[in-house]
Amino acid sequence: MKDSNFKIFANGLIKENPIFVLTLGMCPTLATTTSAINGMCMGLATLFVLFGSNIVVSMLKKIIPDKVRIPAYVVVIATFVSVVEMLIHAYFPALYESLGIFIPLIVVNCIVLGRAEAFAAKNSIFKSALDGFGMGLGFTFALTLLGVARELLGTGKAFGFVVFPDQYGALIFVLAPGAFIVLGYLIVVMNKFIKFKI
Amino acid sequence: MKKLSSNFLNMVVVLSGITIFAAVTLTYVYSLTKEQINNSQAIKQQEAIRTVLPPFDHFDLKPIVMNDGVEIMKVYKAYDKMNNIVGAAVETSSNNGYKGHIDIMVGFDKRGIIYNYTVLEQKETLGLGSKMIDWFKTRNGNQNILGKDPATANLSVTKTGGEVDAITAATISSKAFLFAIRNAYFAFTSNIESSIQNTEINNNSQQEENDSVNNNVEMKGQN
Repeated sequence: MKDSNFKIFANGLIKENPIFVLTLGMCPTLATTTSAINGMCMGLATLFVLFGSNIVVSMLKKIIPDKVRIPAYVVVIATFVSVVEMLIHAYFPALYESLGIFIPLIVVNCIVLGRAEAFAAKNSIFKSALDGFGMGLGFTFALTLLGVARELLGTGKAFGFVVFPDQYGALIFVLAPGAFIVLGYLIVVMNKFIKFKI
Repeated sequence: MKKLSSNFLNMVVVLSGITIFAAVTLTYVYSLTKEQINNSQAIKQQEAIRTVLPPFDHFDLKPIVMNDGVEIMKVYKAYDKMNNIVGAAVETSSNNGYKGHIDIMVGFDKRGIIYNYTVLEQKETLGLGSKMIDWFKTRNGNQNILGKDPATANLSVTKTGGEVDAITAATISSKAFLFAIRNAYFAFTSNIESSIQNTEINNNSQQEENDSVNNNVEMKGQN
């Protein structure tokens, strides 16, 4: 709790990256990263929810009795998710269609509840905001990386730009098994990278 | 300030307070975005109608709805400046896609020939079934369906004796797609053909001129 502000922020990005290190929230991670842009948008939506719910939970931490804290957090998180869902539906209809059911499912993403319980309920508002932002960025970063890798290997594109022709892509990477394969290798690479750095 | 103790009253009051606040927030955001959501759906639909039809002047905003008990089809008739039918866009769907529902807008010209189509909604496997978005428009082998007349052409996949090449490794998606197209043609013929024949006799001579003019004419009845 005596960590400097920057450390709290960077924590979520690398040292406790929700995907590569904590391996939380695997369901949306595996399902929505079929393309780079989908992965990134899913990450950004989660970032917004994490940021908002962390702040509100931290604000309310003193008035929420312990025994009902989980339902209270879930209501806060669900509210943010519904807001995000309606905003995306209104202003980014194409995105809404491609992410579909996974936007409402941010509610049950364990990172969001996990950070509310493990961090926001014990720390100041500012620190909780930083933590939510860092974790959200870490999540976005991981999902974008996974999306780029899968899109590139599967269809030869990155963010929709053609890198090599379609027919050389291995379709399996866009399908479900590819998600597990790519995620596994990314975790290996990230672990190596983190060890060197620290 | 110490944390509130978990007695019954505190729990009820706090949880109710939070839920009420959440409800108010959601109501506000809902009313804020409701119009935009409806708008974007309407715009999307109108754009779809415009891409699938030959040049036209205006179309019926209220479609003829056909329900054969399984699928619902909506027929939007389109007219030129003289109120002659130039074709119709049919919103059609199939529930037999590889991953469920497929929603397609397909345009027929006044002779019933497929002019263009656009996929409104599909969840087919990315890289396989999702190719339907442009597969059946691409001139390659027998996969193109544009310019075909469903009355004479057998629009089903070659595997079942039809004359359209299915998407590679996505026969189920292709079958669902073509099923929807055939349904659309059925809806088109049962609603449109009679009214076209009437107008055609009267206005055959003006038809040619009108078609070329319509290209640049704004659509009436929009917004």
